[in-house]
Amino acid sequence: MMEAFTMLEGLVVPLDRANVDTDAIIPKQFLKSIQRAGFGPNLFDEWRYLDHGEPGMDPATRVVNPDFVLNQPRYQGARILLARENFGCGSSREHAPWALADYGFRAIIAPSFADIFYNNCLKNGLLPIVLEASQVDDLFKAAGGEPGYRLAVDLAQQVVRTPEGRCLGFAIDAFRKYCLLNGYDDIGLTLRHVADIKVFEERRREAMPWLF
Amino acid sequence: MTAQTLYDKLWQQHVVREEEDGTALLYIDRHLVHEVTSPQAFEGLRLAQRTPWRVGSVLAVADHNVPTVDRDQGIADPISRLQVETLDRNCAAFGITEFAMADPRAGIVHVIGPEQGATLPGMTVVCGDSHTSTHGAFAALAFGIGTSEVEHVLATQCLVAKKSLAMQVIVDGVLQRGVTAKDIALAVIGEIGTAGGTGYAIEFAGGAISALSMEGRMTLCNMAIEAGARAGMVAVDETTIDYLKGRPYAPQGALWARAVAQWRQLVSDRGACFDHVVRLDAARIKPQVTWGTSPEMVASVDGRVPDPAMEADPVKREGMERALRYMGLSANAPISGIAVDKVFIGSCTNSRIEDLRAAAAVVRGKRVAEGVKLALVVPGSGLVKRQAEAEGLDRVFADAGFEWRQPGCSMCLAMNADRLEPGERCASTSNRNFEGRQGPGGRTHLVSPAMAAAAAIAGHFVDVREWCGA
Repeated sequence: MMEAFTMLEGLVVPLDRANVDTDAIIPKQFLKSIQRAGFGPNLFDEWRYLDHGEPGMDPATRVVNPDFVLNQPRYQGARILLARENFGCGSSREHAPWALADYGFRAIIAPSFADIFYNNCLKNGLLPIVLEASQVDDLFKAAGGEPGYRLAVDLAQQVVRTPEGRCLGFAIDAFRKYCLLNGYDDIGLTLRHVADIKVFEERRREAMPWLF
Repeated sequence: MTAQTLYDKLWQQHVVREEEDGTALLYIDRHLVHEVTSPQAFEGLRLAQRTPWRVGSVLAVADHNVPTVDRDQGIADPISRLQVETLDRNCAAFGITEFAMADPRAGIVHVIGPEQGATLPGMTVVCGDSHTSTHGAFAALAFGIGTSEVEHVLATQCLVAKKSLAMQVIVDGVLQRGVTAKDIALAVIGEIGTAGGTGYAIEFAGGAISALSMEGRMTLCNMAIEAGARAGMVAVDETTIDYLKGRPYAPQGALWARAVAQWRQLVSDRGACFDHVVRLDAARIKPQVTWGTSPEMVASVDGRVPDPAMEADPVKREGMERALRYMGLSANAPISGIAVDKVFIGSCTNSRIEDLRAAAAVVRGKRVAEGVKLALVVPGSGLVKRQAEAEGLDRVFADAGFEWRQPGCSMCLAMNADRLEPGERCASTSNRNFEGRQGPGGRTHLVSPAMAAAAAIAGHFVDVREWCGA
């Protein structure tokens, strides 16, 4: 079971760059871990710290980059990441959503996401929300303005609510929504169809025996 | 029946069942596994007390962390070593075929699959690696997946997926001498952008694609993900069938004839509809060099670094300015004037025998320039290495001052010891020029093998067309 996602209300941090790739989200040296947890301190490692990070380093001893948006005091405790187009492009590493979730994010809002990253988020209770570029632009202005800008995400209603009272609707596949709302993991759901898979597989084996 | 695209056919043949919203359960024929994205998946299986559905569909190899020198001494980095040993242990425990590091068949997962005939037309092929799109060169539906999906495929032989839109990229005409599949790939990305293929499966077609070898088609499909498309593919033709005949995992005897007859259907029907079509004229494509930190930041070798001031979109402009700062380049600088510190010939994009032959043809009888600190050739597999050595290519490279290494992913992503130092500039035949990709602070310029080889000899980028046949 993954953690269910229903409602979220939280502080928004704006990361104003397009094409943020998964190498930037979690650099390769941290991919050597054989665990699923513990990637949060190394999220955006090369942007977040001025020294070079390696696995096993104590985050408390690192040289923090004060200019990087995640390090600014006003954005501490943010749970919603605001991003630009093609967020999560590049490598398929699921360590990227693991790091984002481990850091504390539960939702990412952007005009577009890379396909594999988008899927990976959904497997980890991290909601990727696609809004129109102009809406995202407005949110960037708001989140960069008055400190303490918060948004509410209602997955059941498929809306993002702004403090000014705007409701921004977003799309999500019905099946994905159902899994997120209930915290279901795919494997359990797929295994309800074991009989179908076996029938399919047998037919395929007869038609194309060289595949087996 | 309505005319179908190749993608339509591949998709339809693998749907086990479909939900009302179009979410499908897709059957997976081949599952390739490597050490970086699989440990948590195997652990998940264990925790849920599940076993792999069909171990015969899985082929495993360690490639990202493996050293390219002194293999007999094992892996020096203890964390890398643990990850590779974890793969060995998981494969042994679950009865999965693994090509161990010392096995000559081992190498980069996207090189060895096709080389062994483990990638066949009509298959669905997945791997916890975005460059799985490579295998689409065989008219397979091949795409990268995350670790949760690796576990899902291990447990159920299926994947929950939704059909993408279909894009056709038609490249007609004849490539100039010295211009390769890599240049087509970069030119396509330059044209549609790194998000241009998002939500699409791309079929590459046209005269210039038909004329490519399987190695070239793999290079092209490999880079489909860099255009944002999860899958790239090319229809079956004689080139596909000739390549596969006699490969260890390919069907033999009577089954071969039956398979070939089915494979010949794996083409887009005349009149099939695509959601988007892009056309390029092969004759107009010049050797490509990336100048920035995204594969779409690309120019022709006879061009210049673009000027951010000319860009109207503020987000793009700022991205360009940041890229130029990171790359240490000035607007309007000629591409051919950019000097390189290191050269890397390898990766799942360009480490096959044809790539090494093309690079060797450029360096034969010449020497690596004084200013180049390191020029590496990393073959894609032990068998590619063996073939290259049988042809004497290792001597050609060594005589020119290149280092001839053991196979692996190496400096494409620098998870092993091969990497750039901060500020170093590299002509690389790999696929990503992201910040820090080849080492923190490293500066990557993506090029073809011939262009990388020429840069090593000249010490800066040169138009390899001027060297061809000279």
